[in-house]
Amino acid sequence: MLAWTIYLSFAGALLLALLPKGRPALARWLAFAVAVAGLALAVAGFVTGMGQGRVVIVDVPWVPSMGIHFLLAADGISRVLVLLTGLAAVAGVLFSWNIELRTHEFFAFFLALIGGVYGVFLSFDLFLLFVFYEIAIVPKYFLIAIWGSTRREYAAMKLALFSFAGSAMVLIGLLAAYATAGSHSTGLIALGHANLPVSFQMWCFPLVFTGFAILAGMWPFHTWAPTGHVAAPTAASMLLAGVVMKLGAYGCLRVGIALFPRGLDPWGFSFVGIGSWRDVFAVLAVVGIVYGALVALVQTDFKFVIGYSSVSHMGFVLLGLMTLNQIGVTGAVLQMFSHGIIAGLLFAIVGRIVYERTHTRQLAELETMHLSKRLPFAAWAFVIAGMASMGLPGFSGFVAELQVLVGAWMVKPWWTAAAGVGIVVGVAYTWRVLQKAFFSDTLPSAHVLEQEHAHAFAPITWPEATGVVLLGGVSLAVGLYPKILLDAIEPAVKALLAGGGQ
Amino acid sequence: MNYADLFRVTLPETALEVAALLVLVVDLGLLRKAALKVRVVVAALLGVAGCGAALWGISLQTGDGLYVGESLVLANGGGVAVAQIGILILTALTLLLLIDSSFTRHVGEYVAVVLMAATGGLLIASARDLLVIFIGLELLSLGLYILTAFAKSSGKSAEAALKYYLFGGMSAAFLLFGFSYFYGLSGSTNLAKIQEAIATSGPSPLFYIAWILVVAGLGFKVAAVPFHLWAPDTYEGAPTPAAAFIASVSKVASFALLISISESWLRIGERCGPWPQLAGILLVLAAASMIVGNLAALAQVSVRRLLAYSAIAHAGYILLGIAFIPGDVSSSFLVEKAVLFYVLTYGLTTIGAFGVVGVVERATGSDKLDSFLGLHKRNPVLAAVLLVLFLSLAGIPPLVGFWAKFNLFAAVLGVSAGPVPFALVALAVALSAVSLYYYLQVLKRAYVMPAVDETPIKAHPVTLAVLVAIAAAVVLLGCFPALLQGWISSAYMMR
Repeated sequence: MLAWTIYLSFAGALLLALLPKGRPALARWLAFAVAVAGLALAVAGFVTGMGQGRVVIVDVPWVPSMGIHFLLAADGISRVLVLLTGLAAVAGVLFSWNIELRTHEFFAFFLALIGGVYGVFLSFDLFLLFVFYEIAIVPKYFLIAIWGSTRREYAAMKLALFSFAGSAMVLIGLLAAYATAGSHSTGLIALGHANLPVSFQMWCFPLVFTGFAILAGMWPFHTWAPTGHVAAPTAASMLLAGVVMKLGAYGCLRVGIALFPRGLDPWGFSFVGIGSWRDVFAVLAVVGIVYGALVALVQTDFKFVIGYSSVSHMGFVLLGLMTLNQIGVTGAVLQMFSHGIIAGLLFAIVGRIVYERTHTRQLAELETMHLSKRLPFAAWAFVIAGMASMGLPGFSGFVAELQVLVGAWMVKPWWTAAAGVGIVVGVAYTWRVLQKAFFSDTLPSAHVLEQEHAHAFAPITWPEATGVVLLGGVSLAVGLYPKILLDAIEPAVKALLAGGGQ
Repeated sequence: MNYADLFRVTLPETALEVAALLVLVVDLGLLRKAALKVRVVVAALLGVAGCGAALWGISLQTGDGLYVGESLVLANGGGVAVAQIGILILTALTLLLLIDSSFTRHVGEYVAVVLMAATGGLLIASARDLLVIFIGLELLSLGLYILTAFAKSSGKSAEAALKYYLFGGMSAAFLLFGFSYFYGLSGSTNLAKIQEAIATSGPSPLFYIAWILVVAGLGFKVAAVPFHLWAPDTYEGAPTPAAAFIASVSKVASFALLISISESWLRIGERCGPWPQLAGILLVLAAASMIVGNLAALAQVSVRRLLAYSAIAHAGYILLGIAFIPGDVSSSFLVEKAVLFYVLTYGLTTIGAFGVVGVVERATGSDKLDSFLGLHKRNPVLAAVLLVLFLSLAGIPPLVGFWAKFNLFAAVLGVSAGPVPFALVALAVALSAVSLYYYLQVLKRAYVMPAVDETPIKAHPVTLAVLVAIAAAVVLLGCFPALLQGWISSAYMMR
């Protein structure tokens, strides 16, 4: 059933590309219908899959001479991330309701990207996963380059080249693993059992992990992320932060850690306290958390704040992965889901609800606009999203980051301590933009009030309200009752960490 | 040798030659007074029919070829059949692209020369004797020089042809010189006999000199660095269908020849003691071609020149595969099949790319990057074809270019372990990441940047149909690569 999320999205993309131009409303509703159908399938798959382990959905030989299968399967991790993709897709369409330029093409690229993302999360064949992973690159480029804003061509090209360079690293590693394993299967499970030599895993793991982690925004390869997020049109920012960065993190987990577990073993010597690739990547993750937060603190462009906060939050995912223990990795997966929802909401508020009305993202200009009075919906939506982003209890981010921190403490307490600094700074930058953009306390003069009254902002539209309620509601629901996702994630993580059984 | 055998084995070549003569008779005799449009269509269709007849001729071939005494002169079946069928199909496609063009009034001669050059291509793909190889190669090359010069009113075309001819003449001299050393060393012109003789007589410096000369001659044909200098000028100056022919058919034929030469000689050293590797020079050419081709393409503003440098880069990837053709038969087939898959799909894609460039060039008068501005508005179908073909050249899945690369690199790593093949494959993958940049430069203009001129670009329905068919094939073979792989494998099984 879940496989239909992929087919539906690609069919929708194809249909939109072929439909005659000039009917934007039709394109919107069609895309919306496809996204909702995808979400419905994802929910249905999640519900029916509860309590089950890995279930194979489709398995047909694809390239028999190389043992490549079209093998789709889902375990708890996949089901959670497919659910996230469904939500992000629906929210993305809702917040793109105002796209008037080349609407058909926009939604065609949008659905092609979504289809690729579904594909990655459901592939259990190494090369099938890679194919879907690369399919997602091209639509991203066009979405940003055509419909983007600030320095869009630069940002789009940077994103495409970073992604492609990352996937080239992955491809080299995968080719080497395929040749070294000498097996005639490229299934993730079969390769996981191939017992690759430790010395091989030692160099192949960092290559593949870094290749994927580029897309997860790992410091210092994160620089595509803020520029890409800022330049992208709202829906594409939501997808970039919401699901595309998760592709990278998912690849790190599903391919990097699962195929090359011995690559994380200690080197046998240590240099300034770093004695394995695990330490290296954990340190990079911690640096990313703190660095992203600090840089977000000094931005003058509202969207850049969110862009850098994504780098910081994705650091938690990578840190969680590097704990290699049950609670930390579970937290990482939950953080993928949580950040996908929250970042989507933040970008929607900044890029769509606020920017479409004020036509500026500069905090200094927003400060003078009294948005809390003039756009109360946006202000309160941002308060909720900001609280979720800070990791306040009751929201999904809290549960996820707490688990990552506990997991990290069990390995090296100082990781937790350093990441904690990032959380504190996270509170600071969220507070700062909240105050600057919405609740600045300069009192407007009567004259200004009059003018503002004359140029009232357009009212909030139903797609905007629906999108905010959807994303905010999900974050709150997961925060209040995380068990619903954890029940799916925990057994899958356990199986994956135990090796073999994944 | 008996002449019935000769006739049977050379049936495809004969069919092409007969078709060439027929085209001349029809065009210069029957249709003398007819309008140019009619003549073009008739000539192109006759040419396509000739290719069809030749394909039929291939299907009639049995046995493994023509023997003179005990030595194989012309091989049949297996990889040879795959390359020949590829040559014929690609020739037919370039002929169909001719229907829309107006660079010459001498269509009969043009089609005849194309068919004769294709005959040369068929010959070098199957020849196993130095003299036959040289005859086939000259037949192909002379045809290409003429085709390049065919736009008589264009100075660029004449310049390109002259450069091509001078480089080509020189490289033919190198090749022949190398061949003469091989003959001197072994007393035979047959590939297998030379291999035997050299393997028994042991190492000799002359052998290496001869090998280097031959590689230089063939490196010119496939546009490998440092013998690539003709390619950008020729691709830029030649009339579009001729450029498409040079970029595809001639490449397929030359790589087929390189495969058969490498298969016979590359591993002589390994079989008789500690000789330095003959493959080394191929690896140097491969690495240089990948690096120079990809980096130089970054700086191009003419799309034809961009395609030329991209062709050089692709030649580098293919040479990388050929250099690792191993000594034992079963695993050498593995690499050969991957190389053939690459060459055929590359040829197909590049014909389509030239087709799109040709249409745009006719409408805008230039092949500069900026003439592609706003193509998605001016002709959405053409823009979509361009998108598919260029992404395939860049190696984005699920297009066939991805599988070609993947197949080849996996085969190389599968047959030869160690740091050298791995480093070269890593270099190739890394440089194909670079290549995405310049392909996107064209696509960016077609899709992203605002159009200067929004008048629709009209393409001839036949051209459009051919281009859409090529793009569809690229997508289809990309989604189901096993179709082509299975066909190539079955050809090898029958051998």
